[in-house]
Amino acid sequence: MTAGELEALNRTWSDPPGFASWFRHVDHRTIGRRYLVTAFGFFLLGGILAALMRLQLSRPDNTIITPDLYNQIFTTHGTTMMFLFAVPVMQGLGVYFVPLMVGAREIAFPRLVAYSYWMFLFGGIFLYVSFLLNAGPDVGWFSYPPLAESLYTPSKRADVWAQLITFTEVASLAVAVSLITTAFKLRTPGMTLNRVPIFVWAQVVTSFMVLFAMPAVMLASTSLICDRLVNTHFFDPEQSGDPLLWQHLFWFFGHPEVYIIFIPGTGIVSTLVATFSRRRMFGYLAVVLSLVATAFMGFGLWVHHMFATGLPQLGESFFTAASIIIAIPTGTQIFCWIATMWSGKVVLKVPMLWVLGFFGVFVLGGLTGVMLASVPLDTQLHDTFFVVAHFHYVLIGGAVFPLFGAFYYWFPKITGRMLSERLGTWVCGLLFVGFNLTFFPMHVLGLHGMPRRVYTYQASLGWGDLNLMASLGAAVMACAVLLFLVDVIRALRVGLPAPANPWDASTLEWATDSPPAPCSFPLPPTVGGREPLWDNAPDQPVVVGLRRDVREVLVTHVLDAEPDHRKVFPAPSIWPLVTAIATTGMFIWSIFTPWGVTYGSIPIFIAMVGWFWPKSPTEGGTRPWPIAHRTLPLPREEPAAGGTI
Amino acid sequence: MSEPRTLDVSALPPGAFGPRALTFWGTLGIVIIEGTAFGLAVGAYFYLATRLPSWPPAGVSPPDLRWGTINTLVLLASMVPNELARRAAEKIDLRRVRIWLAVCLVFAVAFNVIRIFEFRHLNVWWNRGAYASIVWMLLGLHSTHIVTDFLDSAVLAALMFVGPVEEHRFVDVEENAVYWYFVVLAWLPIYGVIYWAPRLM
Repeated sequence: MTAGELEALNRTWSDPPGFASWFRHVDHRTIGRRYLVTAFGFFLLGGILAALMRLQLSRPDNTIITPDLYNQIFTTHGTTMMFLFAVPVMQGLGVYFVPLMVGAREIAFPRLVAYSYWMFLFGGIFLYVSFLLNAGPDVGWFSYPPLAESLYTPSKRADVWAQLITFTEVASLAVAVSLITTAFKLRTPGMTLNRVPIFVWAQVVTSFMVLFAMPAVMLASTSLICDRLVNTHFFDPEQSGDPLLWQHLFWFFGHPEVYIIFIPGTGIVSTLVATFSRRRMFGYLAVVLSLVATAFMGFGLWVHHMFATGLPQLGESFFTAASIIIAIPTGTQIFCWIATMWSGKVVLKVPMLWVLGFFGVFVLGGLTGVMLASVPLDTQLHDTFFVVAHFHYVLIGGAVFPLFGAFYYWFPKITGRMLSERLGTWVCGLLFVGFNLTFFPMHVLGLHGMPRRVYTYQASLGWGDLNLMASLGAAVMACAVLLFLVDVIRALRVGLPAPANPWDASTLEWATDSPPAPCSFPLPPTVGGREPLWDNAPDQPVVVGLRRDVREVLVTHVLDAEPDHRKVFPAPSIWPLVTAIATTGMFIWSIFTPWGVTYGSIPIFIAMVGWFWPKSPTEGGTRPWPIAHRTLPLPREEPAAGGTI
Repeated sequence: MSEPRTLDVSALPPGAFGPRALTFWGTLGIVIIEGTAFGLAVGAYFYLATRLPSWPPAGVSPPDLRWGTINTLVLLASMVPNELARRAAEKIDLRRVRIWLAVCLVFAVAFNVIRIFEFRHLNVWWNRGAYASIVWMLLGLHSTHIVTDFLDSAVLAALMFVGPVEEHRFVDVEENAVYWYFVVLAWLPIYGVIYWAPRLM
């Protein structure tokens, strides 16, 4: 490829510069970056709320925060961390890296992904504006009726929660569909299903869980809004409704949600363990099947959140068994990681330190999980700080530690700069110490009977010392996060330039520049093994023949990634933003009147027509299609010169 | 380092139909999402039914069978022009695509209008207890789908009439037909639940 051809290719794939075009960007790396930065921003906001709670609880009978504000703070903290940080940040990583890892120049349905980002952003702004207007949700992150019904929460606070859910679910469903399609149809030739990187598998499995889990919470929150707005009675016991229906629907989503957050984390861990053990993953098949098994089982244990509601004993026994069995696939993965490290040569770079931190924290969280799966213990500990400790060990251990590992690992690829090893070691150490200092005492507090969601406690209960310890730990965690931000700013300004493959890793995102050129791959590589950069032949074929004047990608077959057809992808477009604004208007309007749904849908319809309507005649390619498309010979029947790929 | 070999893909067609196309997988995703929502709503229906001594509650008669059954037949019949539009699309036959999409739209208008009568013959308003709420929710969920199916088919048909029509629009016609099948077939269990469950339980 000549320099002129490369320039034309990059021009085609560049999102245009300038302020006005900023709103039209569709490139997956741009959107992925925005997702990551925005989700991290919400992580900081949720962290500030957590710090306020720890400040209030640091000593008995504290009066810094009023009970009403405290309710809003813990609800907004939980909602933020689940819906505006954990899920979007993992999906943001997927948006950025899944296409690169499968050797594609773009994610499937890029405009849909851009729309998804705007919905996520607007939902988050909506929550925080409501919070600042003293209308922040205050009924807990799972918003149980009857408390959330209009009889007990006559203000709009519960509606804000329910509609925030709609925003974020629309966003993550859109990303899930795009990621599945990307991983199934845009893999580069040679990347058969059993050569797909484990991180991509984790994203695919997570995306399927999103498709099956999120509709439950959307149905639930829609029903709740109907109860509150138009006097339906889904959850109203006085009118033959049932608050437990809410709990079933919510936890049918809510439990898989934990795995939606955790499975991408394990995908990161598998990636880092293989790279920094300098060997291919031990038990690739077992790990992939464990991911799939976890996803299936994750849908079979939602009732363990409801043991305290007095369910039939048979049901309780079933869900106890299911909750214990799910430790098996997770354990399988942990043994595969240990085997990989044991038989490899471990290099203790900063990303790997986070993996070690993950092991310690997550295993402890898993153990308390097995404890809580037992009904008698759960009944005793339900709604105490033991549960708070448990799920922070699982979620921070299972998702945040791998995520920081991922930040350190992929930061050079995204920005072209290296983060500091020295500062990174400090960040990891401080967060590990601070985390355990904060959350380990909560186990003890829970066993002593301290309930969650209380804004204060009496000195005579004797919980003051452990709470103070937890609050000091939170301060240490805050220092760790600040230090991380300092390191990021330092690296962006004066960090060492990153080579294409600073860790000598094996997956395809390292086969291109750091950061990648607009076209991602000047010559898309094919794949000769499971670890392409380690396994590929020196003369591994590259893909040529894609157009340079439009954004054309190669579509391949699902199973064996044989080349199938070419497809022209859309150029930058303002319509995803316009549609997201219209959708936002409808969602907010519908909090106040049911007619908001009717009239608010009209602008959405207009925006979607604008989105769909063809813009230029070159969009679809100019060559006629062969009519006998079903019998078109596949290129593998004309073997590429010189052997297999 | 030796010069890499090349895999020239320029001879491949610029698009494909069916599961080979990207949009098929997008449609499948939507079908999974909405199918799950339907399934959970049906689950909620039977869950709420266990909370009451009689279902439907005393004093409420089940929905009238007439309009629901007529609409079921209309929906089923609409699969014929839908299939013919799909086949025409696969043959890139613009004339037949236009004809059958137009016929589909006539059907869509019909089943949307009949749907109004279905609501009027549920024999209960939505705010009269949990039974009423879930019945209206089920019918409302499906109605959202037939309204949007009508609207997106109308826009697609308009495009096929006024152009510019490019080859890949025929894939859109096929995907539209796939989604249409989903909307029709998803109705059958919902019809059974709304109209027959209160009679048989």
